[in-house]
Amino acid sequence: MCLGIPGQVVAFLEETDQLAKVEVTGVRRNINIGLVRDEGIEIGDWVLIHVGFAMSIIDEDEAARAMEGLKLLGEQFDTEVEEIAGSRIE
Amino acid sequence: MIMRFVDEYRDPDLARALAARIAALAEPGQQYKIMEVCGGHTHAIYRFGVHDFLPETIELVHGPGCPVCVIPMGRVDDAIAIAERHDDVIMTCFGDMMRVPGSTGSFLEANARGADIRMVYSPLDALRIARDNPDKQVIFYAIGFETTAPSTALTLVRAKREQITNFSVFCNHVTIIPAIKAILDSPDLRLDAFIGPGHVSTVIGCRPYEFIPALHGKPVVCAGFEPLDVLESIAWIMQQFADGRCEVENQYARVVPWDGNTQALGVMADVFELRPHFEWRGLGFISHSALKLSDRYADFDTELRYEVPGVRVADPKSCQCGEVLKGVLKPWECKVFGTACTPETPIGTCMVSSEGACAAYYNYGRYAKKRMHVEV
Repeated sequence: MCLGIPGQVVAFLEETDQLAKVEVTGVRRNINIGLVRDEGIEIGDWVLIHVGFAMSIIDEDEAARAMEGLKLLGEQFDTEVEEIAGSRIE
Repeated sequence: MIMRFVDEYRDPDLARALAARIAALAEPGQQYKIMEVCGGHTHAIYRFGVHDFLPETIELVHGPGCPVCVIPMGRVDDAIAIAERHDDVIMTCFGDMMRVPGSTGSFLEANARGADIRMVYSPLDALRIARDNPDKQVIFYAIGFETTAPSTALTLVRAKREQITNFSVFCNHVTIIPAIKAILDSPDLRLDAFIGPGHVSTVIGCRPYEFIPALHGKPVVCAGFEPLDVLESIAWIMQQFADGRCEVENQYARVVPWDGNTQALGVMADVFELRPHFEWRGLGFISHSALKLSDRYADFDTELRYEVPGVRVADPKSCQCGEVLKGVLKPWECKVFGTACTPETPIGTCMVSSEGACAAYYNYGRYAKKRMHVEV
């Protein structure tokens, strides 16, 4: 919950709901981008995601670094990915 | 010293260099107690054997920043009571919360007894369940520090906009600063510095910690989650001691803005207000330390919609999570650690969440502790 996971924005969805489609380790899911919209988020940007919300825009190097670190956590990383895969935010 | 995990570090040479720098900065004969506030750091410290890189005079003390760990038993009981008394209620919560013991069992056990309590990844998943089940009342059992509170807030903004009336939030969000103040005021513990939380700080920024050096004379370094980040933050703290400085520094500036996320703070201010006081497991009642829904969102407040037992339940006598959460006891010093209390059958919350000190130590650290330290 507190670690966050990097995802890459692949599409913007309905404007009012502040939703975007992101790819996280090959899984595409919807998340809310309302908290980083003022920072000028664009397709292809990497974001750090907590519980279905982009909390910060990060650069590609930081995304790779964070992902590498998370994978080393093993079981906790698997759980996070499983939970995201089970998410159906609309 | 043995650096068992060094090959797993992104840059082993940097890890060794940081370890050498920390050792050189440590004054001979001086003991240092540094608290890592955040459970994510605790997890990383045990997982990657950060202790192995430190001289024995530097002790890392685990703090209260584990959202699941600080939920008191009474709040678990309250949610179970609501779910069991109302057939139309679907209670939803994060996965970590499902096994937290209340006095009548955990959410998982209540589920087995027939209550409908479901794990969700996001509060927005809970809102979707409400939309999909108009004949049910969907409650989101919200937990977490400032990392997750903005998510709950934005979900409520959307629920209000879409007029989803069968959705409410049972709010257990807590705030980190009052917990740090409680620890600083605790007579049990003498700390020298803090490793500041990473992702809480993406929301609140670094300024709220400034009272710690200013009023208590202790450095704070906000840190990232890689083991190298933790090591570097410790090196920065040691450098402050060596230079005679005492301030807030931001080692995680690549993610944490100094002023935080103003949008997140704005929506939290709109949706929440501070509770006069809130009970923390182990730390007791702390003033202005938790959030409730503001009057503008009162219609979505589970505690106003339902009768909540609100009974304060003491922790089991054998459980010493409180002492562990305050950093007074190490996990292995608890009487039931690893015997009656394990991740499979937790008695206390610190053994439930992977961010809890006991679970982290049980999973990784206890093997490291048995190891002999040999200079190489």
